[in-house]
Amino acid sequence: MRKSDQYIEIPDFALVVLIGSTGSGKSTFAAKHFRPTEVISSDRCRGLVSDDETDQSVTGDAFDLVREIAGKRLKNRKLTVIDATNVRAADRKSWIELARRWHALPVAIVIDPGIDICIERNQLRPDRPFGGEIVRRMVSEIRRGQRGLEGEGFRQVWKLTSAEDVDAVTLTRVPLWTDKRTDHGPFDIIGDVHGCADELQEMLTKLGYEIIWSNADGTRNVAVSHPQGRKAVFVGDLVDRGPNSPDVLRIAMSMQADGTGHVVQGNHDRKLERWLAGRKVTIAHGLQQTIDQLQAESEEFRKGLPKFLSSLRSHVWLDQGRLAVAHAGLKAEMIGRGSGAVREFALFGETTGEIDEFGLPVRADWAANYRGDTTVVYGHTPLLKADWVNNTICIDTGCVFGGKLTALRWPEKELVEVAADKVWSEPLRPLAAPRSDTSAQAEADQLLDIKDVSGRRWIDTELRGRIVVAEENASAALEVMSRFALAPHWLAYLPPTMSPSETSEAEGWLERPEEAFAHFRERNVTEVICEEKHMGSRAVIALCRSAAVAQMRFGIAGDESGAIWTRTGRSFFSDIATTEGLLARLRDAVGTTRLWDELGSDWLLFDAEIMPWSAKANSLIENQYAPVATSSAAGLAAAIDALIRAGARTNEIAALRERFAERARRAGLYGKAWAPYVWPVSGIEDLKVAPFHLLASEGRVWFDQDHVWHMSLADRLAEAANGVVTRTAWHQVALADDAACADAIRWWEDLTAKGGEGMVVKPRDFVSRGPKGLIQPALKVRGREYLRIIYGPEYDAPDNLMRLRQRGLGGKRALALREFALGHEALKRFVAREPLRRVHECVFAVLALESEPIDPRL
Amino acid sequence: MFLSIATTHRPATDLGFLLHKHPNRLHEIELTFGKAWVFYPEATDERCEAALVLDVDPVGLVRGKGQGDGLLDHYVNDRPYAASSFLSVAFNKAFRTAMAGTCVARQDLADSALPLEAVVTPLPMRGGEPLVRQLFEPLGWHVEIEPLGEAPKLYARLVLRGEARLSALLTHLYVLIPVLDDTKHYWVGEDEIDKLLKRGEGWLDRHPAKDLIVRRYLRHRGLLARAALERLAPQMQDEAAEPETQAAPEETLEAPIRLHDARLEMVVATLRAIGPKRIVDLGCGEGKLLQLLLRESWARELIGLDPSARVLERAARRLKLNQPGGPPEGRLTLLHGSLTYRDDRWTGADAAALVEVIEHLDPDRLPLVERVVFGAARPKTVVVTTPNADYNVLFPTLAAGAFRHPDHRFEWTRTEFAAWADRIGATYNYQASMSGIGHEDATHGAPSQMAVFTR
Repeated sequence: MRKSDQYIEIPDFALVVLIGSTGSGKSTFAAKHFRPTEVISSDRCRGLVSDDETDQSVTGDAFDLVREIAGKRLKNRKLTVIDATNVRAADRKSWIELARRWHALPVAIVIDPGIDICIERNQLRPDRPFGGEIVRRMVSEIRRGQRGLEGEGFRQVWKLTSAEDVDAVTLTRVPLWTDKRTDHGPFDIIGDVHGCADELQEMLTKLGYEIIWSNADGTRNVAVSHPQGRKAVFVGDLVDRGPNSPDVLRIAMSMQADGTGHVVQGNHDRKLERWLAGRKVTIAHGLQQTIDQLQAESEEFRKGLPKFLSSLRSHVWLDQGRLAVAHAGLKAEMIGRGSGAVREFALFGETTGEIDEFGLPVRADWAANYRGDTTVVYGHTPLLKADWVNNTICIDTGCVFGGKLTALRWPEKELVEVAADKVWSEPLRPLAAPRSDTSAQAEADQLLDIKDVSGRRWIDTELRGRIVVAEENASAALEVMSRFALAPHWLAYLPPTMSPSETSEAEGWLERPEEAFAHFRERNVTEVICEEKHMGSRAVIALCRSAAVAQMRFGIAGDESGAIWTRTGRSFFSDIATTEGLLARLRDAVGTTRLWDELGSDWLLFDAEIMPWSAKANSLIENQYAPVATSSAAGLAAAIDALIRAGARTNEIAALRERFAERARRAGLYGKAWAPYVWPVSGIEDLKVAPFHLLASEGRVWFDQDHVWHMSLADRLAEAANGVVTRTAWHQVALADDAACADAIRWWEDLTAKGGEGMVVKPRDFVSRGPKGLIQPALKVRGREYLRIIYGPEYDAPDNLMRLRQRGLGGKRALALREFALGHEALKRFVAREPLRRVHECVFAVLALESEPIDPRL
Repeated sequence: MFLSIATTHRPATDLGFLLHKHPNRLHEIELTFGKAWVFYPEATDERCEAALVLDVDPVGLVRGKGQGDGLLDHYVNDRPYAASSFLSVAFNKAFRTAMAGTCVARQDLADSALPLEAVVTPLPMRGGEPLVRQLFEPLGWHVEIEPLGEAPKLYARLVLRGEARLSALLTHLYVLIPVLDDTKHYWVGEDEIDKLLKRGEGWLDRHPAKDLIVRRYLRHRGLLARAALERLAPQMQDEAAEPETQAAPEETLEAPIRLHDARLEMVVATLRAIGPKRIVDLGCGEGKLLQLLLRESWARELIGLDPSARVLERAARRLKLNQPGGPPEGRLTLLHGSLTYRDDRWTGADAAALVEVIEHLDPDRLPLVERVVFGAARPKTVVVTTPNADYNVLFPTLAAGAFRHPDHRFEWTRTEFAAWADRIGATYNYQASMSGIGHEDATHGAPSQMAVFTR
């Protein structure tokens, strides 16, 4: 306990519990030293639940509320002050528990200005009709209990024993010892050294440090520095098992003292500390070597050790919070916090409670569940090879067991290795190899968590900032994704929806190219690409050079050599044979064009259209479109027949007959509208693929290339001419060139008059920004007859068309941009080999957004 | 859509009196969803025919309804063209007095049976030709059906001939056209029961297909259907409580052997023998297993998980979750989730049941589910049931090599299931015991099979 009349110094993240009788001035003190939002007052909560701050009958509810608010604040790593009398140990127990739950340091501040002052103050307050007896009882209880506060679990206890002290004291906040976020390094994080002094020095030299040994007054000293000011961070376990723990300690101690290094505590370091302090420890796991080595060292050196070892922290939080280093790892909710649990976890990690065949505890795979934004670097468990898993990496590669010493350069994220000179110690169990030959990440990726996709979600995208996915949308996507979509490992991308151009005012038209051109012209786009819109079904194609590549890169278990999926992530074809057959032909085309070598990749991801439409949409045609054709034709024919039989009895009958004849004509056109898009498919030969984007390949998302590049690539594939890839007609159009625009419009008119669906107009650059931000990546301009399929037989009757023009495009366009940004983000993360859940959340979000209620005819 | 009514009564032009529409004029009827016209293609003493043509506004139909009616309503559909409740509403308005069976000038005509002929086209035939006959023939109509369009034949031109009062013909059509259309009405409201009872007076209560007519007529209004049947025939109430649903193919197939009941009973008995306190039904569907488990006092806490939010809503209704008379708070939880994602919310259950679930998962997702259930959650007991493919040859209606349900991604033989169970046991350290469910065939085994995994 600290009696303080001058200053109080508390951690900037703590649970501060004020202790004082009624009238002691707690609230005044709190208001003076803390922000109003930091202070949770039990009286205030009484008021919130009962409209009366003095109502003692709601104490239980009021304290539930205090605990709830305090818990939420601590969860968000916010300093929190409990303003209540907290007289009895029993009152304080729940705060200790709460602090432990959120790994906050519990701090007690006792405010005891004297009984008389409290009574006097209460008498001035009409809402406190307490007699002096209550105050006396409270104060005496507080005084009786205050000696036990540390025993109760408070990590700091401050005491203010006079009104003057309460007034005069200053309160300052200091960062936790583990909080070194203001230190930006750059750092070199070094794995478990275990007394391998030579390898450590080799490593430091390799990393560019200068090591200078000196011998003054018979003591051996060392100074280590880096010309570029880099700093070393040791993950702990400096000692035991290896040949020269004292020199390792010298280096670490000197670097820590000079501010050129951080050291976190390892379990071996702690055990040594306890042994030096004379505590009873089991001497095993190489401690004896250290003890022997220390016998040979000077008294002076040995004396310095306890201070150093006890100064070691559970972890260190660095570089604006981007990096945390702990010996055995750390859960996200423990970083930058302090509690017994944090220390235990940092030292030993998490175990399942089971013991393996070597008699060692089985480690729980906390890294597989890690979801934090902070990179966690740790050691403790010797592995054959350091490997990333969910933004964490274990860099203990068993140097002392004859493996190697590994360091991670930060922020470069490069691994640097130094081989062990020899096997210094026989490992109890063989160094853990990854369970299969895939990466540790692929292993961890085998399981996605429901929390990765459910609930309201925020996804940060490079193209469009933070994108919110509403809970109900995510919920709608869950069934499709889990029951009908391909395995998430394949789905590195889902295509965005595409908006039509602005509605045309030209008589008889709903959409025309003029509006699309104007749209882009207004947004400072100078050149667009007009691409023929094939009437097929959208497909994303993952094409691998071989099944082995598919397994390695996509982490799938089967022997597929790629996958083809629809806009909703379902397999495009119901049978593997068709998929593989089509992939084989595409592989041929890619081989002929030598794209594998040119792009330096064994896999390619294409955005394409697969024809015919009927291959995928046959049930839609049968259940939706054909019934409209049949029913409209039959009813109108019967009406016309009856009107003819009625003869020209009145002029009105003749006019009505005209009206129905016009309706029947449109219905007839409807019945023919989809004929060009339908042909029977009996084998792969009948399928056509029209790729139009190369989305990604190894190490690259191709959104940085313009559409001329993409279409030229598509042309090359079509020319490889094995029949399956069909050419997409396209034109470059300068928007300032009226003649070029007119040509493009004529081309579109011809195309759609011949039964073509229409065209897609894209800014030449894949990703374009205008004065108001991201621009639609593409607009579709659909032909008149195609629109009949969508809007119904009679959509172009003048009064229908007039009303259909009142369509709102805003929702569709906002959706298109969000999905575009999410798709790009998914690809970017996939190419960067980020954890599957990070890719999957973007793809899942695209699917979720598709459940937005948008007019499906757009 | 088109409706005509003709008679050969002499003089046939009396039809004009009955319909209250002069044969020499064109009559225009304004409707909220479009326009109808009535005219006479033929009006002689020998034969008189009145035609009603309906022009539903296809654009207004979509725009007027806006959101909330489901996206498909926005999509192009046959509503503006196929005979439906729109037609019923139109001719009810056009021929109101005739429907009511009144005729101020000639009440004798309205009261007498006349030789009548009606044509409706295009009439949707949900239920096919047999249902059309089943609906109209018991009412005394000679039925002629001419299917329209290409296969599948969804529509027909219907001709009814017979001797009846005109009001009978009109009310029959008024009720039965929407029944055959069997699509969501745009006009079903609380007073629909009264309308139905009024229109059905004198014929509906004796109609052999009464239940089907009521249920379909009041489609998507389960409560209404129940109330209507109650008033029509109180003893029918219980059977009508469940809305008419297309029985799942699998259930139809397995129905004679009551396999699903046997399966659920066996799962409950298996769990009862082990006595887990906290049980999760993975892929709980509409909650049939949970319903049985709720009756078991040893099952303290029940969790149902399903990927379909829609199905979970039905389960919540069936199990009366958060309703008076339902399970006490904390006994039952329904979770929207999927077996392909690890999920802390049900981790820690003592037992998990996967009843007829795994065969609905693509084989390439199965390893993921195995890891989630046996690797991550690791309940002490896992009960898995799945069809026995060996037995399929004994279903007379099941084609060789076909699955029992179109959504089944695979069906395993006993050997395949046992091999899978062995592999799970070895990989995740469980003991598996296998058994059959349902009547055992000497050669092909039981229709369904179960593996109980314990650790």
